[in-house]
Amino acid sequence: MAQGVRLRIWGEQACFTRPEMAAERVSYDVITPSAARGILEAIHWKPAIRWTVERIRVLKPIQTESIRRNEVSMKPSPRDLARRINAGETPALFVDEHRAQRAAIVLRDVDYVIEARFEMTDKAGPEDNAGKHAEMFRRRARNGQCFKQPVMGVREFPAHFELLEDDADLPKLAPALAGEHRLGWMLHDLDFANGATPRFFNAVMHDGVIEVPAFHGPETVA
Amino acid sequence: MSEPIQNRYEFVFYFDVENGNPNGDPDAGNMPRIDFETNHGLVTDVCLKRKVRNFVELAGGGAGREIYVREKAVLNQQHQKAYDANGLKHEKSKLPKDGDKAKAVTDWMCENFYDVRAFGAVMTTEVNAGQVRGPVQFAFARSVDPIMPQEISVTRMAVTNEKDLEKERTMGRKSIVPYALYRAEGFISAPLAEKTGFSEDDLELFWSALAQMFDHDRSAARGKMAARDLIVFKHDSKLGKAPAHKLLDRVTADRQKDENGNEPKDAPRHFEDYVIAVNKEDLPAGVEVLRPFEA
Repeated sequence: MAQGVRLRIWGEQACFTRPEMAAERVSYDVITPSAARGILEAIHWKPAIRWTVERIRVLKPIQTESIRRNEVSMKPSPRDLARRINAGETPALFVDEHRAQRAAIVLRDVDYVIEARFEMTDKAGPEDNAGKHAEMFRRRARNGQCFKQPVMGVREFPAHFELLEDDADLPKLAPALAGEHRLGWMLHDLDFANGATPRFFNAVMHDGVIEVPAFHGPETVA
Repeated sequence: MSEPIQNRYEFVFYFDVENGNPNGDPDAGNMPRIDFETNHGLVTDVCLKRKVRNFVELAGGGAGREIYVREKAVLNQQHQKAYDANGLKHEKSKLPKDGDKAKAVTDWMCENFYDVRAFGAVMTTEVNAGQVRGPVQFAFARSVDPIMPQEISVTRMAVTNEKDLEKERTMGRKSIVPYALYRAEGFISAPLAEKTGFSEDDLELFWSALAQMFDHDRSAARGKMAARDLIVFKHDSKLGKAPAHKLLDRVTADRQKDENGNEPKDAPRHFEDYVIAVNKEDLPAGVEVLRPFEA
């Protein structure tokens, strides 16, 4: 496990939004590899490395709840803002004119172990080596240091984290998760090299463990 | 403008409500939000951010402290900004790419608007460009003990429509929480503050906003709300020195025990029914506890 890490993450609530239900948000049943990568990057990332999530362990039964909130229904366009700024106006967005009440189906009381490794990218300089980055990540995760507090899908749901050292005991399987659970097609990650195309994989959970296939392998589709 | 902040912070914020509705649930006819599994009350992150914005707008402070996402209820002060419009035009003619225009606008927004600097904003119609992630992150607030919302019926000695004149009066409903103490947790990231320019002055203003925001948010629905305590963990570095959850767990609010040391059986009705404690034993090196409300 030279470049591999295990990170336990948990939180009170989580929302890993299904892209097909983005307006009234509905979360996937478990964390996506994309969200897991974001959590790793919130702790340590440099352009020289790329995180790959290999395995997700689900530690707690899947439970959901619904929240409805007042949200703003529009995004200001840069062109409109620039026009107002040039005209010497103070731009503002009045929330009661652009209001949408949206419900979200979110997960509650989640707990996962992410198993991931990273590889070096072509942006790596001579001073970058895998050992250094692995050590930096582990040191930060061990001390609770982070670039920004990692989140469970959205920023209002903070993710707490701790490093599982190599010989750490993995937490026990929750009985409710025993056996095979087919979770259906799930977002793997966005392919930023190709215009942020989403790629999907068929997620199956065996005894709480989801094996994440290679991002560009035969088991994922764009 | 002072420098961007150089320290990571976590905070625990306690506030309470007496005979009011701190945050209505649109799904439940505007009853106080409640977690139906545990009966604990909830207040959303966006509700708290709204109050911070309203306070900053009221407090004014001029240049750089405008509020972008506004409610109409607040008087719109049109401040003419000292803005280098030429700089923007120059950018445009030199780099006629939408991304750069957006960036110039984004930077200007960060400079002028407190809420964009603190909480960030999505200011573009393109995916993943020109978004500002702010350093201040709120989680949902949750009541320390289960709550029991009450439906109150009220009457009005007037009617709205002429055809109802016979009735003489109309009935209305209110939902209130008799008493609840809520706990909110938050995080402030120094590396993100550097990107938006969130400064030490901004941070001071943020603490004042938490202290005073309920004093300027009185309404028939809210009842009596008050900021009660704020416990801040300040790390002596940008990345922090200890896991957030371990610090946040050091702050507890428990019921005041009776003379025999037993937890009371009755429901809490006053802030005095609680004791807020901060465990400062063996604080990790490089972390200090601040109590801005006591300063």
